[in-house]
Amino acid sequence: MHSAVFLIEFGAIILALGLLGRFAGRFRFSPIPLYLLAGLAFGEGGLLPLGASEEFVAIGAEIGVILLLLMLGLEYTASDLVSNLKTQYPAGIVDFTLNALPGAAAALLMGWGPVAAVVLAGVTWISSSGVIAKVLGDLGRVGNRETPVILSILVLEDLAMAVYLPIITALLAGVGWAAGGLTLAIALGAAGLVLFVAVRHGRLISRFVSSDDPEKLLLVVLGLTILVAGLAQQLQVSAAVGAFLVGIALSGEAAEGAHALLLPLRDLFAAVFFVFFGLHTDPASIPPVLLPALALAVVTACTKIATGYWAARRAKISVKGRWRAGGALVARGEFSIVIAGLAVTAGIEPRLGPLATAYVLILVIVGPLTARFTQPVAERVSLWRRARAVSAAALPATVPAPAVGPETTGPHEEADAHDPSPGRAPAP
Amino acid sequence: MTASRLSRTPLPGIGYRYDLTTRDQKTVSVVAHRDGGRTLSAYRPEADDPDACALSLKLTAGEADALIDALMPSHHSPNLLHTTDLGLVAERIEIAATSYWNGRLMGETQLRTETGASIVAVLRRAEAIPSPTPDFRLAGGDTVIVIGTREGVEAAASILGRE
Repeated sequence: MHSAVFLIEFGAIILALGLLGRFAGRFRFSPIPLYLLAGLAFGEGGLLPLGASEEFVAIGAEIGVILLLLMLGLEYTASDLVSNLKTQYPAGIVDFTLNALPGAAAALLMGWGPVAAVVLAGVTWISSSGVIAKVLGDLGRVGNRETPVILSILVLEDLAMAVYLPIITALLAGVGWAAGGLTLAIALGAAGLVLFVAVRHGRLISRFVSSDDPEKLLLVVLGLTILVAGLAQQLQVSAAVGAFLVGIALSGEAAEGAHALLLPLRDLFAAVFFVFFGLHTDPASIPPVLLPALALAVVTACTKIATGYWAARRAKISVKGRWRAGGALVARGEFSIVIAGLAVTAGIEPRLGPLATAYVLILVIVGPLTARFTQPVAERVSLWRRARAVSAAALPATVPAPAVGPETTGPHEEADAHDPSPGRAPAP
Repeated sequence: MTASRLSRTPLPGIGYRYDLTTRDQKTVSVVAHRDGGRTLSAYRPEADDPDACALSLKLTAGEADALIDALMPSHHSPNLLHTTDLGLVAERIEIAATSYWNGRLMGETQLRTETGASIVAVLRRAEAIPSPTPDFRLAGGDTVIVIGTREGVEAAASILGRE
């Protein structure tokens, strides 16, 4: 009875995820780490090897990635993306430089080769828009003035994914320079075309899709997305990018309706995707990469804080708001796993999957904490240094303390190892 | 004293933020979420942290509606039941789905006998039912309009709020 075994297994997985999600909800943190841990607990080398449902979970995981990216595309309108790109591109460049390069450097240091370096760069580069949006809401910072800065960095990262994913897909497929260049040209051309059409004629596309009946809307949007994703995959552009572009192209009422309808589906299949990723990671392979993952997490937490600080300073936000913007950006999550998942499926460097898992587990838990505590800690450190500067100078009490610029150390003790300050003069 | 102004900032993925700067340079902002929710925020420009909200209030679409009602400059027009100068008030009281009264008859509440306040209308989805009789059956989600003295309406609210 193959189907009975499958139903029992798959049902047990979904039920376990639901219970884990409730558990996470009670403590108000993201369920992503729990889903990953559940996958680790089941699959190879875990407690319960799955047999019958393996294949379905693999397909579910693919659909999960497609839906994740589609929903991301639906969140933004094409004009959002274009206007952000025009005004905020320096922040995007700083973000890439500070956060993607440490990942690449780490992979090269460990001798994993250039392809793994490009993959790990993506893992450390992209913040989790899902986790961050939730944290901002929980902390009551949606109305804060630094919030648009945080969001625009997230938008630029998501837009960069449309270029980055085709590159990574081509690299992992092991195609030559010529074929890789062609792939990239197709991807950029498609992205440019979709943005242009969506800005100019967004209404036409939405009218074609739009329907008053939720059932028909769901079928049309889902069918269109999976079809485009499949075609994109066929062209070696990556299914995820195809889905993202469909999301961008839909706007207005069609996007609103589709968003509401697809949310539960996205949650289901995204959870399946995280489990699938965990299934393909042997828990025994995690301890050896725990130290590099921890080091990478510390370094890239500090570089993200620096990125946010710099971007907020550029937007003329005061010092406290700059630290808040930095702390909010630390969380990595779903897209780091999506990128690592592509590499794991392609079967390059075997230690990459475990490293990415450990890295995301650390930062998805630490991210909300840095969002909350970076600014108070930075303030505490700055007060302490000011007090020390005053006592060291042994000045009479009538002389005001020297004005100290914004703090130059990151909020972690480990920060003395490297200086993530965005080029400020050190305090006297 | 400069003129007040309203500006709009897009928050990609969340919605829009509308900032109202008043005549004396105080700022209040409303974040319009795409799901219809609203966040009301106020700032203290003179504090050392001008970018953080001094207040951040999440409102559902219904709560935002009620707030708009109170903010309307025409609020003192006679058609809005403004009877406070006679010592009477009108209030909307919502019957929750978990309410004890969900599915029970209006007469069972004994509202007029107990509190002296009267139910003058029931709002149900898109229709209003004026002067409901005692054999009218209440349902979860109804909004009941009660008129009475301030004390009477308070007492009516606590009776109707029974779980």
